[in-house]
Amino acid sequence: MSDTARIHSIETLGTVDGPGIRYIIFFQGCPLRCKYCHNPDTWDIKKGNIYTLDKLFSDIEKYTGYMKYSGGGITASGGEPLLQTDFCLKLFKKCRKNGINTALDTSGNIFSDKQKELLKYTDLVLLDIKAFNPETFKSLTGRELNPTLEFEEYINKENIPVWIRFVLVPGLTDNEDDIKKMAEYLSSLSNVKRVDVLPFHKMGEYKWKELRYEYVLYDTKAPTAYAVKNVKNIFSSFGLYAP
Amino acid sequence: MEAWKGFKNGKWKQEIDVRDFIQTNYTPYEGDGSFLEDATDRTKKLWLKISELLKEEHKNGILDAETKIPSSITAYSAGYIDKELEIIKGLQTDKPLKRAIMPFGGLRVVKKALESYGYTLAKETEEIFSKYRKTHNNGVFDAYNSEIKKARHSGIITGLPDAYGRGRIIGDYRRVPLYGVNKLIEEKQHELEIFNPPEYDSETITVREQISEGIKSLKELIELGNIYDCDLTRPAENAKEAIQWLYLAFLGAVREQDGAAMSLGRTSTFLDIYIERDLENGTIDEKKAQELMDDFVIKLRIIRFLRTPEYNALFSGDPTWVTESIGGMGIDGRTLVTKSSFRMLNTLNTLGPAPEPNMTVLWSTRLPKGFKDFCCETSINTSSVQYENDDLMLPYWGDDYAIACCVSAMRIGKQMQFFGARANLAKALLYAINGGRDEKTGEQVAPRFEPITSEYLDYDEVMEKYKQVLEWLSGIYMNSLNIIHFMHDKYNYEKLQMALHDREILRTQACGIAGLSVAADSLSAIKNAKVKVIRDETGLAVDYEIEGDYPAFGNNDDSVDDIAYLIVKIFMEKLKNRLPYRNSKTTLSILTITSNVVYGKKTGSTPDGRKSGEPFAPGANPMHGRDKKGALASLSSVAKLPYEYSQDGISYTFSIIPGALGKNMSERKSNLSGMMDGFFSQSGHHLNINVFDRETLIDAMDHPEKYPQLTVRVSGYAVNFIKLTKEQQLDVINRTFHEVF
Repeated sequence: MSDTARIHSIETLGTVDGPGIRYIIFFQGCPLRCKYCHNPDTWDIKKGNIYTLDKLFSDIEKYTGYMKYSGGGITASGGEPLLQTDFCLKLFKKCRKNGINTALDTSGNIFSDKQKELLKYTDLVLLDIKAFNPETFKSLTGRELNPTLEFEEYINKENIPVWIRFVLVPGLTDNEDDIKKMAEYLSSLSNVKRVDVLPFHKMGEYKWKELRYEYVLYDTKAPTAYAVKNVKNIFSSFGLYAP
Repeated sequence: MEAWKGFKNGKWKQEIDVRDFIQTNYTPYEGDGSFLEDATDRTKKLWLKISELLKEEHKNGILDAETKIPSSITAYSAGYIDKELEIIKGLQTDKPLKRAIMPFGGLRVVKKALESYGYTLAKETEEIFSKYRKTHNNGVFDAYNSEIKKARHSGIITGLPDAYGRGRIIGDYRRVPLYGVNKLIEEKQHELEIFNPPEYDSETITVREQISEGIKSLKELIELGNIYDCDLTRPAENAKEAIQWLYLAFLGAVREQDGAAMSLGRTSTFLDIYIERDLENGTIDEKKAQELMDDFVIKLRIIRFLRTPEYNALFSGDPTWVTESIGGMGIDGRTLVTKSSFRMLNTLNTLGPAPEPNMTVLWSTRLPKGFKDFCCETSINTSSVQYENDDLMLPYWGDDYAIACCVSAMRIGKQMQFFGARANLAKALLYAINGGRDEKTGEQVAPRFEPITSEYLDYDEVMEKYKQVLEWLSGIYMNSLNIIHFMHDKYNYEKLQMALHDREILRTQACGIAGLSVAADSLSAIKNAKVKVIRDETGLAVDYEIEGDYPAFGNNDDSVDDIAYLIVKIFMEKLKNRLPYRNSKTTLSILTITSNVVYGKKTGSTPDGRKSGEPFAPGANPMHGRDKKGALASLSSVAKLPYEYSQDGISYTFSIIPGALGKNMSERKSNLSGMMDGFFSQSGHHLNINVFDRETLIDAMDHPEKYPQLTVRVSGYAVNFIKLTKEQQLDVINRTFHEVF
């Protein structure tokens, strides 16, 4: 089945998931159940549209001009692209052969030899670290933190550049001590090129309602600009680039 | 000669050849915008005065109007905003923002416009223009047949310039500073002398009369100069004079004509030669150079015409389309960007955003990076710039063309167009289904043919009948344009603008289409889904039900994009078979201005699922909300539309929230620049760029006083957002905003 993938949607003008203009493939399916997820409609692996590798790649090729001029490429995102690692591997191999830059936007929570093979063809990882405190991580996502850290250690060893994404949710992930520990840890690695602090927002809320999933953050507000700046400063104070 | 001191020799000294002057004398600039200066205190003071007047004007609709003397080049005495403060002098009338009357296009419009603002046309003037002097509008209606009148009334052809000036003619205003008017008159007299074929047919006689009219208007232009103490008989001797002379030539044109679009041309790089010379001589510094440009632009911002409120509603505010084309590349590979290209755009910073002049950057992937960055930053900050593909147009029009109105390219001084508004191709599709009856009124507008009677629409059957309707439409459309332009030449000829052209020019008959994406999506729905027809008791198809999905234009999907392409090609080929006025070359544009709202209102439900009265998408845009794969898919669909078959331009309006372009200014600039390089290298023709948050617009609807200068790019031009009707404001807000989260 690795010649086909379940894809939630395509965004042709991606500008925030990696450098330049990027063709973003939102893969269907995710093992995590983050309380703040703004795309819960990507969770269920049985949904989505089926794409063959050829169909997807011939669509990607239509945009290589934009990628060339802006220094962009493709980004495999989701959902969790690693649920469909075999397909991603074929896709990335094909991109590499055709000179298209590849980025993998993942929680890094699925990690085995298969993923290692994929990383050989990955130019940039966007690693979403949901929380640095293992308990917070567990309660937030329903899964363990450890695979994500193993993932990070591996790409650090392999010298694959990474942009860390961290979603700031008031009352959930804004514990300063935890953030400092995370910053300290990240600053000890050599492959972290950038840390994106993403403020939690309410724009995905309607999707929870539509899907009739239980949403617990109705009363949670988006963080203030000040709070976001403050967290960025913490990362910066550890020598990390947090624009 | 003092005026040409320091300029390099070239053919331009023997012939009227501004392009040659530019090519031999200009200094390309490859750097960035860091040399630019801010507005001087004088400029700020003057702009503040104007801002106050603009507030007054906004409150009352217009500030003041002439009621008696019809405008002409010399009709009114000198007027000033503040004589001491102004550097570049000259107003359309004797007071700033006071509107002139131009009854040669049509008396009724003038009367109506005056009355709707509480003024009355002087009896005497009314008498002259009803008893002794015929207008363009009268002429047209004398020749229209009943079929054209019906088609016009139903809105299948619409926006025709049959009651107002046609516009979209660019005089080569640069000739006045470069040569002085005496030399230009000499040339025209020479033309008149040598244009003397053995037999005089009506075209020969027309040409001879028009040259003579041109000479008279040039003499009047000298008079206009005298009113403001400027000796236009001789060439300009420095930068200030060059701008002043050029502006007075343009002012003469807007005093003579209230054409729908009165575009300026491509002046900044020309003016740069004078500015560079003065900078080198040490007679001005950078601050002064920007000040001159600012003063020039202030004047361009207050060009006004008297229009009826309906006209303003149709075109969203008070547009004049003083389009200035900036940048581009030369045939020899050098960029035509100069420091004054920056200075012109910089007026959006020094004076703040504004819809006029209509800043139009001729984009090439080969433009210097510093200029691309500056353009993108200006766009992101002001949403006041549009972009057109120089790489695409240069092979067609050379390197001294400019854009008239929104998207119409023409070689300056060597080409003009007969503006033809547009045909509603969505409505035409409904006529195909209804056997030529109008879906709103039931009236038989096209000649009767067998309507489609099946419950579900069949693509081949609809397509065949569609072609039949387009065949008929191309005929009456062309005839109505021929009548209009015959009469316009006869009763409302653009004497001065045309005197600033060569004698032998290319004329285009610029047809246009509206509703392309609606028509393409409708045909795609008929082909790829099932479309059931709902008919009223008279058998008229009035609504449609769609079963299943269909690929929509705007998703970079060939199965429907090819249909859009085909529609353009078919209609253009049919128009090409028709005989256009005065041996002109037929062209086509895909442009609606903002009348997409009004056209939608006049068009019944369509098989794509659009309900009766709902707006069309503007220009060549995909329909709102149907593009599902993000902006590049949408851009790519539009880029596939063939410029070959629509050489009068293909307009695409793009709105994006700042956050969807990147995290910070440097990322946004770079992504926007990459996006444009990508789009234009796909052969996209035109791009309006809006960068703002939806919330900003909503707030501006509620609190217009907070946003006096909020500018929004619409279809090929820009408008002041607070001047839009509520309906149009909502249309802008609901239009596809590209946002990513």
